[in-house]
Amino acid sequence: MMNSTLLETRETHGGRRTLLGRLAIGLFASLGLGAATLAGMGCDNKDAAKNPAKSASETTPASGGTKLAAESAPGDMILIGHYGSLTGSKATFGKSTDNGIKLAVEEINAAGGVSVAGGPKKKIKLISQDTEGKADQAGTVVTRLITQDKVVALLGEVASGITLAAAPVAQQFGVPMITPSSTNPEVTQKGDMIFRVCFIDPFQGLACAKFVRNDLKFTKVALLVDQASPYSVGLKQEFVKGFTGLGGKIVSEQAYNEGDSDFNAQLARIRESAPEAIFIPGYYTEVSNIAIQARKLGMNLPLVGGDGWDSEDLAKNAGKAIEGCFYSNHYAPDQPTKEITEFVTKYKKNYGGTPDGLAALGYDAANILFDSMTRAKSLKGKDLRDAIAATKGYKAVTGNITIDADRNAVKAAVIVEMKNGVPVYKATVNP
Amino acid sequence: MHEYPRYSRTRETRVFAKPLYSWNKGGTSRVDQFLQTLKDAVTIGSLYALIALGYTMVYGILKFINFAHSDVVVLGAWISLLTANKVLQLAGGEHAAPWVGPVVLVVAMLACGAISFTIERLAYKPLRKAPRLNVLITAIGVSLFLQNTGQLSAFFGTSPRSIVPLLGDQAVFSIGLVDVSTVDIVGVGTAVVLMIVLEWLVFHTKLGRAMRAVSYDTRNAALMGVPVDRVISFTFVAGAMLAAAGGFLWALRFVVIKQPADTSWTLLGLKAFVAAVVGGIGNVRGAMLGGLAIGLLEMFGAAYLSSSYKDVYVFGLLIIVLLVRPSGLLGKAIVEKV
Repeated sequence: MMNSTLLETRETHGGRRTLLGRLAIGLFASLGLGAATLAGMGCDNKDAAKNPAKSASETTPASGGTKLAAESAPGDMILIGHYGSLTGSKATFGKSTDNGIKLAVEEINAAGGVSVAGGPKKKIKLISQDTEGKADQAGTVVTRLITQDKVVALLGEVASGITLAAAPVAQQFGVPMITPSSTNPEVTQKGDMIFRVCFIDPFQGLACAKFVRNDLKFTKVALLVDQASPYSVGLKQEFVKGFTGLGGKIVSEQAYNEGDSDFNAQLARIRESAPEAIFIPGYYTEVSNIAIQARKLGMNLPLVGGDGWDSEDLAKNAGKAIEGCFYSNHYAPDQPTKEITEFVTKYKKNYGGTPDGLAALGYDAANILFDSMTRAKSLKGKDLRDAIAATKGYKAVTGNITIDADRNAVKAAVIVEMKNGVPVYKATVNP
Repeated sequence: MHEYPRYSRTRETRVFAKPLYSWNKGGTSRVDQFLQTLKDAVTIGSLYALIALGYTMVYGILKFINFAHSDVVVLGAWISLLTANKVLQLAGGEHAAPWVGPVVLVVAMLACGAISFTIERLAYKPLRKAPRLNVLITAIGVSLFLQNTGQLSAFFGTSPRSIVPLLGDQAVFSIGLVDVSTVDIVGVGTAVVLMIVLEWLVFHTKLGRAMRAVSYDTRNAALMGVPVDRVISFTFVAGAMLAAAGGFLWALRFVVIKQPADTSWTLLGLKAFVAAVVGGIGNVRGAMLGGLAIGLLEMFGAAYLSSSYKDVYVFGLLIIVLLVRPSGLLGKAIVEKV
């Protein structure tokens, strides 16, 4: 059916070149391009050759792989990188986190900067890159931040699937990474350079289960899981463990893929099993559709979820359908603590709108990073890492943060309820 | 206990009003489940059929798969969203008047028709004499171009957005626990009307005869005096208008529209393409049948087998059809004389 254009004959091409001749030209052209690229990269290679020699003698071999641990950039500024979903279906996550981090950076720079190990104060420069909400972009983006932009530390990401893709890169290059909101337990298991300032899913799942069982007093719950997302699958497993442990029953379990718009088949099956609530540990874009379609099918019951719901777009897209639903979160903006009230006021002044949990965690992660820099012996990967690991009792917006031996934060979770399109504090679950 | 919002039953407009079945005391019945699945299948199947028609018409005439077709659906959905929101903004008020829907549909269809005409003239026409592979790759290029330009902030942006509700979405009538709402009726009704119009066009008008002639043999049709270029352009425009209608109906049904480069749109296009193949690619009635078949398979598979493999059933059917009966349900196996 199709003429093969790869083996064009002389007549169609018009030249007198043979296939072999053209292959040879192509080979030389690509070699030439490759040589040009290598020459361009040659400058970077010289710097990199100097650093490993220095850092190899100072750092222990336990920190893994090749070390491109960069020192602070010339020009007296400390470079930190943030990689997040600034576009795509999880765009509000990345933007909120970015706003929180930017707020922290502006504050610290207004105070003169960070002084490392008693040295002169240096200002912080933030470089943000977009992962587009895709895990396959994460590795590329983080590699670029480390090798080209030469950041000393990384902040990001929110979605656990994306962080899981980026963590091995940071570990390999020996650059400490703090994730503000990834809750899947596997993230910090990727290496000793990876930290988090939020709780992990085993705790979050149990918190949701306790709330549904003890506060809402339900015994029959259906599940609707995003089977493509490690966060969703992990959170569901923890919820099931906790809920059945407390005497509850899972009456139905259905699955969807991130990006689906039509949930009628799954919801019809759930309706058949007659639950008292549906647990949906997914991300907010799909949840808004699920809520709308569930109401259309006549299911007027509470939906319960995790921190993946935390976005202003949830209520914007779902409207009345999400009223009276609950989800577990890292903080509620109307909780009456001093840190939260101050933070909410500052955020509103700078960015307008109430900050969500991701913004608060971004703010906390950045501040913990700056605090660790002050305590660190130097900005090299290993020293900065040790300082972060030693964080104890830091008074953050989202609670008192202590980094434990597994590099996770030990904190309480709050359950919020959607009232008039705004999350309102409902309950606290302590670890 | 908190009274949860009753989304679709605020206004009692049900004709055969049955008391609200209290599902809290027990599950739904088998008949309810079957009818619900059937309703979902028909509504989604009609969408697939509309989009499949575009694929099949272009293949019939030009013998190439227009990979950029699913992006026309996205365009239709987004143009509908922007138009509807703008109209509501200008007209004021919270709910859209009944005339807004048809206006938005017409605007979307015209806009997508125009864009598709431009694409055809710029990207596909110069390659009429080229090998099929070249046009295929160009189609992929056009698809990527549309996706990424669509995501620019000047156009549709990078985040999902929701369309203002164009219909009241009340239940019009119920059979047991299965509600048939205004959205369902308008959705399926529009699709059926458009398909009837297309059927009339292709099989009962001179232009339709010209289209069929060009699809049998382009050179001889030209010798017989058929304006081949115009017919091909018209085919593209017709396909694009149907795709735009598909996008509008999608927006009407699902409310939240994902950003143009989202993979869920590619999946939608692929399923519609499978529908076209299953029905017999190049065959207009086949595409309609194929769309319904895919809708039935997907919904019944998800309801009675496992919902995790919803998409797998559709692509599994594609493989089976290609192995067992490659010409599709209504296609005729043509032996090429060498």
